[in-house]
Amino acid sequence: MIEVRNLHKAFGTVKAVDGVSFVARDGEITGLLGPNGAGKTTTLRMLYTLMTPDSGQVLVDGIDAATDPLAVRRELGVLPDARGLYKRLTARENIDYFGRLHGLPEDLLASRRDALIHALEMDDIAGRRTEGFSQGQRVKTAIARALVHDPRNVILDEPTNGLDVMATRALRQFMHKLKSEGRCVLFSSHIMQEVAALCDRIVVIAHGRVVADESPDALRAQTGEHSLEDAFVKIIGTDEGLAA
Amino acid sequence: MNPVTRKTSRGRTFVTVFLKEVKENLRDRRTLISAFLTGPLLGPVLFVMLLNITLSRELDKAEKPLPVPVIGAEYAPNLVDALKAGGVVPGAPVADPAQAVRKQDADVVLRISSDYGKAWRKGEPVQVELFYDSSQRDANTSVERVTGLVESYGRQQGAMRLVARGMSPSTAWPLQVARRDQATPQSRAVLMFAMLPYFFVITVFMGGMYLAIDLTAGERERQSLEPLFANPVARWKILCGKLAAISVFSTASLLITLIAFAVVGQFIPAEKIGMELDLGVHFASHVLLLMLPLVLLLAALQSMVAAFAKSYREAQTYISLLMLVPLIPSALLSFMPIKAQAWMYAIPLLGQNLGIMQLLRGDGVSAEQIGLCLLGSLAAALLALLATIQLYRSERLAISA
Repeated sequence: MIEVRNLHKAFGTVKAVDGVSFVARDGEITGLLGPNGAGKTTTLRMLYTLMTPDSGQVLVDGIDAATDPLAVRRELGVLPDARGLYKRLTARENIDYFGRLHGLPEDLLASRRDALIHALEMDDIAGRRTEGFSQGQRVKTAIARALVHDPRNVILDEPTNGLDVMATRALRQFMHKLKSEGRCVLFSSHIMQEVAALCDRIVVIAHGRVVADESPDALRAQTGEHSLEDAFVKIIGTDEGLAA
Repeated sequence: MNPVTRKTSRGRTFVTVFLKEVKENLRDRRTLISAFLTGPLLGPVLFVMLLNITLSRELDKAEKPLPVPVIGAEYAPNLVDALKAGGVVPGAPVADPAQAVRKQDADVVLRISSDYGKAWRKGEPVQVELFYDSSQRDANTSVERVTGLVESYGRQQGAMRLVARGMSPSTAWPLQVARRDQATPQSRAVLMFAMLPYFFVITVFMGGMYLAIDLTAGERERQSLEPLFANPVARWKILCGKLAAISVFSTASLLITLIAFAVVGQFIPAEKIGMELDLGVHFASHVLLLMLPLVLLLAALQSMVAAFAKSYREAQTYISLLMLVPLIPSALLSFMPIKAQAWMYAIPLLGQNLGIMQLLRGDGVSAEQIGLCLLGSLAAALLALLATIQLYRSERLAISA
C-alpha cells in the first residue's frame, strides 16, 4: 500500500506539486491522471525517493520514505519516466543487473527472471543486446527489470507511452495480472480511456493538486456527466493537454 | 511476493556494479581502442620516433662533412686548410651571407675580408665574420663546430708567433678553464625525457576517460541513471563500483604503456650519444607504485567533471580541458628547473613528476619520497572521492530531461 500525505515540491518559483494526497491500495490499480505538466512524474519521483519532498509524507507499506528510503525502494518496483537500458548488455543481463542490486540470490534471480521473461512474452529477445530494440521491447525489458525482486508495490510512469495497440493491450493484461496477484499497482497516464479501462480508482491531478479521487463510476456520478471524457474536462476545468 | 526483507550485503553492490561496468565496456570497441591501444601505445611510438630523429641528427652533425660557403677563401688559404682538416667543406661564396642564413640555404657562412693577408703579415689582429641565425636551433651544432675550428686555428697561430719571439705561449693565457662535466650518461638522458611523466599521466587519463564519461554523463544521457537509482542501494556504493571499473581500465592502460616503453627502450640508440636509459622492471614497478593513487584521483575527478555535464558531448569537452591540468607540472619543470624540496613530493602530479624524473636520472627514489608522494596523492584522491560522492547525492544528477 502506498500512502501520500500532503506532498509539496517546488522548483524555484514553480510549484510542481502543491499538496497532493492519495492512497493506492493492495489488489487495486490506481491511476494517476492529469494533463502534461500536472506534476505526475514529480509526485512519482518522490514516491520512489529520487526526489525529496519539500514537505509532506510518503508511506510505502507503512515505511516512511524520509526515514528509510532504502527500505521503501526495496518494497517498490519502479518503471520510471526514463527507461534507459544498457544497450551493450542483453535483455537478460539488464534484468540480472537490477536483480543483483536488489540482493537476490542467484538461483532465485534465475527463476524470477525466467518467469518474468515468459510472462511478458519476451523469450525470443531475452538473449539479444538491447541496442536496436523496439519501443515495446524496451518497455518490456524495463518492466521485467523493475519487477525482478517481486515487489508488493508497482509504480509505472506512463507505461503505455509510445506503444502500439498490441503492446498496449498486452501491457494492460499484465497489469491486471499484477492486480490479481494482490499487488498495489499505481500508474500515471494522460490518456483517459486507458485510465477508465484499467483503474479501480482514479486520482486526477491538475496544476500540482488532486482535483478528484474516486472510482470511475463515482466520478461520473459526481460530475453528472455520462461520458468519462466530459467528466474529466469538467473536473480539470480545461481540456488542454488531455489528449485522447 | 516478497515477505522477507532482504538486505544487500555490503560488498555485493560494489562488486555487482563493478563487474557490470567492466563487462559492458569490454564490449565497446571505442573504449577498448582508446584504453588499450591508441592511449597507451601512441606515447611510446611517438617518443621513439622523436628520439631517433633527434639522436640521429645530433650524431650526423658531429661526424658528417659540413659544407660552409666561404667568402674570400683566396685571402686565407692556411685558415681554409685548417677548416678542411676539421671536416668543413668550403663552398662557393654567396652574394648575400645574411640572406643565405636567414633563408636557411646555409647553416653558417664564413667571410674573410680582402685585407686579411696584409694584416696577417704585419702581425695585426684580423677579423673573420661568421654569419648564422641562433634562432635556428638546428644550426647550432654547425655554428659551434666552425667557431671552434676558427678559434683553435687562431690560438695555434698565436702560440707559434710567441714561440717565434722567444716567449712561452702560456704568457698569453694566464688562466685556463678546465671543464669537469658532472653529467652522468643517465642524467644527460633526462633532458630529453622531461615529458615522459606527462605521457604516463595522460595514459592513465585516456585509459579511464571514456568510462568516466560513459558511467556518469553517458548513463544520464541514456536515461538509465534514474532506474538505477531506484534500486535499494546507496548511491555512494554505486559510485565506488564505477570508480573501481574506471581505475582498472586506466591501470591496465598504464601497464601496457610501461611494457611498451620497456620494449621500445631497447631500440633507442641512447648509448651512442653517451646516455644510459633504464626503462626496465625496476623503473616500471616504481612508476606503477607512484601512479596508483593518481589513478584513483583522476577517476574521481573525471567522474566529478562528467557529473556536471548534461550530455556525453559536454562531458567530453570538460574532460579535455581537465587533461591540460597534468601538463602544468611537466611544463613547469622543463621550463624552470627547480630544486626538489621534500614537500613537493606530497603534491599530486608534481610528486609523481619529480619521482619519475629521479628514476630516469638513475638516482632512485627514497622510501620517504615514495611515502610522501603516495600519502599526498591519496589524500587528494580521497578529497576528490568525497566531493564526487557529495555530487552524486544531488537530486538533479539522476534527472535526465
